[in-house]
Amino acid sequence: MKKLGKQTLQLDNKPSIINTAAIVGPKELNGPLAKYFDKCVEDEFWGEASWEKAESKFIKETVSTVLGKANVSSSDIDYVFAGDLLNQCISSSFGMRDTNIPFFGLFGACSTFVEGLCLGSVFIDSGACKNVLCATSSHFCSAEKQFRFPLELGNQRTPTSQWTVTGSGAAVLGKADQGPYITHITPGKIVDLGIKDANNMGAAMAPAALSTLCTHFEDTGRSPDYYDAIITGDLGHLGKDILIDLAKTKGYDIAPNYNDCGVLIFDKKTQDTHSGGSGCACIATVFSGYLYKMMKENNIKKLLLIATGALTNATTSQQGESIPGIAHAVAIEM
Amino acid sequence: MDYFQSIDWMTMLNCFIVGGLICVIGQILIDKTKLTPARILVVYVTLGAILGGLGIYKYLIDFAGCGATVPLTGFGANLAKGAIEGVKEQGLLGAFIGGVKASAGGIAAAVFFGYIASLVAKPKIKKQ
Amino acid sequence: MNPIDSPKEYGEYVKKKAPNSPILKDCFNAFWVGGLICCIGQLIFFFCKYKGLDETSCSTVVSISLIALAIFLSAINVFNRIGKFAGAGSLIPITGFANSIVSPAMEYKSEGYVMGVGAKMFTVAGPVLVYGISASVIVGIIACLFM
Repeated sequence: MKKLGKQTLQLDNKPSIINTAAIVGPKELNGPLAKYFDKCVEDEFWGEASWEKAESKFIKETVSTVLGKANVSSSDIDYVFAGDLLNQCISSSFGMRDTNIPFFGLFGACSTFVEGLCLGSVFIDSGACKNVLCATSSHFCSAEKQFRFPLELGNQRTPTSQWTVTGSGAAVLGKADQGPYITHITPGKIVDLGIKDANNMGAAMAPAALSTLCTHFEDTGRSPDYYDAIITGDLGHLGKDILIDLAKTKGYDIAPNYNDCGVLIFDKKTQDTHSGGSGCACIATVFSGYLYKMMKENNIKKLLLIATGALTNATTSQQGESIPGIAHAVAIEM
Repeated sequence: MDYFQSIDWMTMLNCFIVGGLICVIGQILIDKTKLTPARILVVYVTLGAILGGLGIYKYLIDFAGCGATVPLTGFGANLAKGAIEGVKEQGLLGAFIGGVKASAGGIAAAVFFGYIASLVAKPKIKKQ
Repeated sequence: MNPIDSPKEYGEYVKKKAPNSPILKDCFNAFWVGGLICCIGQLIFFFCKYKGLDETSCSTVVSISLIALAIFLSAINVFNRIGKFAGAGSLIPITGFANSIVSPAMEYKSEGYVMGVGAKMFTVAGPVLVYGISASVIVGIIACLFM
């Protein structure tokens, strides 16, 4: 393992993503990627008494699915890195409380999944651990309840607003002879360009994505065309367009091989999701369900995965604060 | 009854137009200022109380009937009207009693029916 | 495009780039739905008057009926669809006030009937009562001074 440039770590021992799993909710079931997920749940409560309990069930079931697919038992997992959007990361801790795996609770807003991949891959690369688990979840209803309005309130969502993905994604990392491998990680800085509109997360997070993207290219000496695909987490339609524009001003043309998970997971025309998907589960489910399979089938050989997060809550926006963004990147190669 | 019916439709028309226009102003506020619903309602109820207090709003009610009383400005104007009537009957004490007394029916209905509804109903996600 | 470094430049750029609300369509829907809700109220008003109630009682019956209707529609998960379509058209009439009381009450039932339903019922509607009642008291005090 060695440090490249300002922020990037190059991982020499090839931590492999052994397997992934994704379980999603009712809205995602009607989306274009539905066939790639391990399970689609039609009831947003999933038989539980509250959305918070349902979200914990999502992460719990996703973790047990990925352990089954990777053919490892929970006692073979050295550490788990998990997080979500709810206060004090309760979905992850309540979802994981019966697993008996040493637990790191992470908060990086919607960037948490890649934050987990960054930390987990370093743990594997160090040689001390055999397997680690990374998982995140989010739930449309519990997120609306905590951050926005009651579900039955008859208000209109603005055109720039995004739809929190209901679901959970999980990945088991370990040492293996098979790819995909995590080769570089570029943890991001907090970037705030003064956007205050809590219904425009894409614009708030795009500058952070730009910072991490440019730093990754500078640190590694790579250019956008090195990658088959550059995928951001949940910038949505507006944030995606902004990032393409901003990258151009820095001399990088990412348009040909760039996309965003928030754009991929819903059909904007038929699903009325406005600027696209968001939430911890957005990149977690799209990567674990769709992108990982694309890599296994060799449709994507080199992937730059950048998860974006808005480090805000209801209190800070009521106090008139702007929204700080963050973005973490991992390079994943076959 | 014939006399009644003729007034009926004119008031109905005024009601539709005035009620609709008051909502359009609110819609412009929503789209242009990104004010949250709670703020819009606060602006409307306060504005209604001021217009009611100044004695202006009653002309709108005379003209448009429920087109003026049903929007939340009407709720505010009713609070103000009640306070003024309370003052007339009981002096300063009426300033505290009159407003809520005049709108007690609406507030109690909203709280009571709201509570009953929460006992039996469950919020639901829009799936498509 | 020039590089963007300051929050001011970025704010202006985002404002230009972001899609606007379809304001004409929104206003049209708000107009006719809002007008229609008021007309339903007016019909109830005329009915009460026909039955011989005085005007103040008629207005109260109108309020209570529209509130009951809005709460019923919220409870069967329909009101938010109307609200999405009509925007201010269903928010500004008393129906919006009723919906803003019942929606958090339903939402927070999972936190119990006292601190959930009871306390959270006023998260959206509370400010309306605070400002409405305070304004009426001020109006009353001013009226008192001038009498």
